[in-house]
Parts: sequence; C-alpha cells; structure tokens
Amino acid sequence: MKQKTYKKHFILLSVLLIVLFFLNISLGSVSIPFKEIFYTLIGDTSIKDSWQTIVLDFRVPKAITAILVGSGLSICGLLMQTLFKNPLAGPFVLGISSGASLGVALLILGSSIFGGFFLTSSMSNWSLAIAASLGAFLVLFAVIMAANSLRNTMSILIIGLMFGSLTAAVIAILAYFSEAAQIQQYLFWSFGSLGNLSWSELSVFGSIYLVGILACLIIIKPLNSFLLGENYAKSLGIDIKKSRTIILVITSLLTGVITAFSGPIAFIGLAVPHIAKMLFTTSNHKILIPASAIIGGIVLLICDSIAQLPTSEFTLPINAITSLFGAPIVIWLIIRKKKIVV
Amino acid sequence: MKTDENNILSTENLTIGYEQKKQQKIIAKGINFAIRKGTLNAVIGKNGIGKSTLLRTLSKVQKPLAGVIFINKKDSKTYQYQELATTISLVLTERLPESQLTVFELIALGRQPYTNWIDSLTKKDLKKIHWAMEQTNLEGLQNNRCSELSDGQMQRVLIARALSQDTEIIILDEPTAHLDMHHTIAIFELLKKLTNSTKKTIIISTHEINLATKMCDELIVLSENIIYTGTTAELIQQNAFENLFASKIVKFDRTLQQYVINSQSF
Repeated sequence: MKQKTYKKHFILLSVLLIVLFFLNISLGSVSIPFKEIFYTLIGDTSIKDSWQTIVLDFRVPKAITAILVGSGLSICGLLMQTLFKNPLAGPFVLGISSGASLGVALLILGSSIFGGFFLTSSMSNWSLAIAASLGAFLVLFAVIMAANSLRNTMSILIIGLMFGSLTAAVIAILAYFSEAAQIQQYLFWSFGSLGNLSWSELSVFGSIYLVGILACLIIIKPLNSFLLGENYAKSLGIDIKKSRTIILVITSLLTGVITAFSGPIAFIGLAVPHIAKMLFTTSNHKILIPASAIIGGIVLLICDSIAQLPTSEFTLPINAITSLFGAPIVIWLIIRKKKIVV
Repeated sequence: MKTDENNILSTENLTIGYEQKKQQKIIAKGINFAIRKGTLNAVIGKNGIGKSTLLRTLSKVQKPLAGVIFINKKDSKTYQYQELATTISLVLTERLPESQLTVFELIALGRQPYTNWIDSLTKKDLKKIHWAMEQTNLEGLQNNRCSELSDGQMQRVLIARALSQDTEIIILDEPTAHLDMHHTIAIFELLKKLTNSTKKTIIISTHEINLATKMCDELIVLSENIIYTGTTAELIQQNAFENLFASKIVKFDRTLQQYVINSQSF
C-alpha cells in the first residue's frame, strides 16, 4: 500500500521556517552583524548591551509573535473553511475581530466621549489587550449561543457577518464623535502590529495559544468526517453539535487572543489554508493543520521582514503588507491550479 | 412480527415527518414492517411520498414523530451515535462538499467509528478498506481524486465507504439516481451480490420499480393510504402496484410483472 507521505514537504518547510526566523531577527532599523546575533542568542553576554537588548527584548519576541499569529490565524481559517464548507471563510467570519475592534474602539474612542473614565494618556498594551479580549469574548458568547439554537451551520456564518456589520456601525458612530488624535490611535491599532510585546505579555499569549493548538488535536477526526457533510459525519458516530462547539471555541480563543495582542491581521487566515491545500494536495486535517501552521508562520515572518523595510527607519503596517504581497500570490496560485476547494 | 429471529430491523406504528415550530407535518403514519437479515429490500413509491424521510428516520438522521424502530430487537432510541455507527452505514443522495479527498481516503473515512482519537489506520482497518475496494472493483482507482470520478464510479466509492464501515445494515437513498441503464443494473447486481456473499442487510429507496421487483427480496411500497410489504409475488396478489400511481400514463402489467407505458396515452 503506497499511501502518500509528506515527510519531505514538512522537513523542507520547517527548515524554511527556521531560516526565516533567523533572517527576521537579523533585519531591522539597527543593523547588527549576524555573528553577533547568533552569539547573543546562545547566551554570550560579551556583546554590546544595546544590541543584546534589541535582539533579546525586541526582535526575538517579535519573531515569535509572528510565528504564533501566523500559525494561529491559519489554523483558525482552515477550521472555518471546513466547518462552513466555504473556501471564502476565514478566522474572522465569526465576527470576533469585529468584537475585538469594538472593545478597542470603546476604550480609545469612547474615552473622549464618555470623559475621563478611561485613562487616555497612557494606553498600555494590557488595557488594549483586555478591551479586545472582552469584545471578542462577548461576540463569541453571542455566536455560540446562537449556534446552539441553530441546526443550520450556514446560519452561523450569516450571524457572524451581521455582528461584523453591527460593530462596524457602532465604531463608525464612535469615530464620528471622536477627536482626530483618538481616531488616529484607533487606526494605528487596526493596522496590526507584531512588535510591542514584552516577554510577560508573550508568555500569556503563548500559553493561551498552546491550549488552542492542543485542543485542535481532538477535532482532527470530526473535521475529516465533516468533509463528507454533516449527515455522513453523524452516521459515522460524530456528535455534530459538540464538535461544532469545540471548533467554534478553539477559533474564538485563538483569534481572540491574537487580535487582542497584535490587532486584526487580515488575509493570512483566509489565504494560508489554500496555499497549504495546494502544496499538499490533500484534505486530510492530520496533514493540513500542521501544514497550515508552518506555512502561516513562514508567510507572516516574510511579511514582517518586508514590513520593516530593511536598513530604513520606517516600519510599514503589517496588515497592509500581508494583503499587498499575499493577494497576488494567491491569485497566481489559483490561476495556475485553476481550481480552489474547501 | 418482531419476534421473528431473523428480523434485524422492524418498525411498530411508526409515524414519519417533520416537526416545525411545534407543528407536526406528518408524511406517513402507521408504518409496520420487518426486514429479515441478509436481504435486499427496496422502498418504492412516487415522488414526495416519503421514501427518503423513511430511510432518514430509520437511520436516525431525523427523529420519528411517533412509534418505535427496533434494530436488532433493541429500541433505536437507546442507541448511542457510536453504537449506531457500527450498526448502520449510509449512502445518501446529497452531493459531497468539494474536497481533495482521494478514493482511498474517502473509503478510509468509513473506518472512523473504529479508529483511535487521531484517526490512524491499523492493519485491520487497511484490510477492511481493501476488501471494500475489491468488492466494488475500485482497486485501480484508489489514488484518483473523488472530484474526477464519473457518477457511476462515485456511487461505487460511496458504497465501498459504507462497506468499510463494516455494519450489518446498509441504507442507500436512491443509489441509482443519476446513472444510465447499464450502471443502474450494475449497482443492483452489486447490492444483490453483497447481500448474498456478506449476509449484510441492504435497504434502498429507488424509482427503478421494474428492476426492484425483479432483483429485491422484499419491497416496501409506500402509497397514499396503505403501506404494503412483501415479496413481489405477494405484493401482486395484494394489488399493491395498481394503486401506486394515480395517473394512467403507466400501468402495472400483471402478466409481465412490470410497469409498462400505457400506449393509449400517445
């Protein structure tokens, strides 16, 4: 029996991921020789202090964030595409990013309207993350409540989209009554950012991420059965409602925490699962979940490296880069393969 | 009826239909029949009479409005999903969502009730999958994508998937719906062969009444008011076929034992 194995693919992609990780760390507005970076990483303390700080406290956390965000969003996108049997689904179809955006908008924009109830001057990462999490959780709760009373999975998709429109409307009203400075601050958050995460924030992010990833293992089997449609899945002994809820909770948890710490990063969650499906030409989630995760990490590391505009002082918004460079690649892939599947 | 040792599936005053906002839409009621082990059974009747609803109710895809279904003499309500998955397998009419599944992968999904939490295939699973492919003549196609198959091949793949699920009962909803004459007969022959060689009990719904009366062991005829069950000979004696279609376009010819086009309508 010659069943296809994907070892070669995985080894190649993993090597690429590691290479890009180091490349990402070695790039930045301050140029540090690669050798020095390497010594810093293996714990040599004889390197210039400022370089050590830049590498250990800024670049490494940022590169790790890029991998976590990229892989997390890609897995969520894959789960949504399979659950909704829709190649256009992504991690944000449940309205979670809208919820997170609303939380942040209320914090930043609302403070000018509702007065000094919130601290405007020193908006820390934590307060943004907490506001985003609360918003995401609220929408997640509403969607899961709605999902439990619905038989039809497609309705959940529509409800998620409706939540998106609703929150966008609220944000628009808030923005209308806000001052330019606040709107700018909100806009900057919505551009997305992989930097700015301290090790303590990263550890919180990482632990929640890990819980989500481990939970993915138990839904591989239901996900594969969903490839046949819900009636077949049921006839194979799968508890549809339970599996659906687990999938929704995992997606919400991962996208919620990612949006909370790095802003709403577009495109990755929709596109990477398709890249994985085309490269691996399989629909088996035992392969697709790790494949999407690795490719997601790779893509976001590349995007982040481009966003830093090597050797320049500027950093472009990551959200723009992911779409700017990713969209043409996916268009090219689709035209070449002529077909796109769930 | 249900005390018969050979009965694998039977119903008692079954009412089928849909429940919408506390209102019941009854499609058929008072359904009583018993199906013997190792037989090929066909549910026939005109469009919309409830063939699919009956099969969906038997396989617990939807709930009965009243009455009891006994599977192996046990009330089907007491079956857990997992237990039912090792007793009944399905071939449905609905189109599969588009995917990149290969023939082998799709048939392997039939092993899900037996595989571990991460869905790895054991030697026994592989053996069953290959046996299922052998039975359905699919060995050469195992690495083909399901999206590239013809309707006839796809139907065989779905039957192979049900076989690999290794259940006593297989329920197929209109397995010959999109097939030409040759492939339709081939599917009937395959199903007949499977009931003989594997002792599996197969229940299908079909519009191929003339084929069903010749090849199936027993028929369940759904008509407006009465539900007839029995072998073709028994059903002819009960005049079951005369009442099937209200119109005069087709009529049952008792000497030929099949439906013929009523030439007067031309």
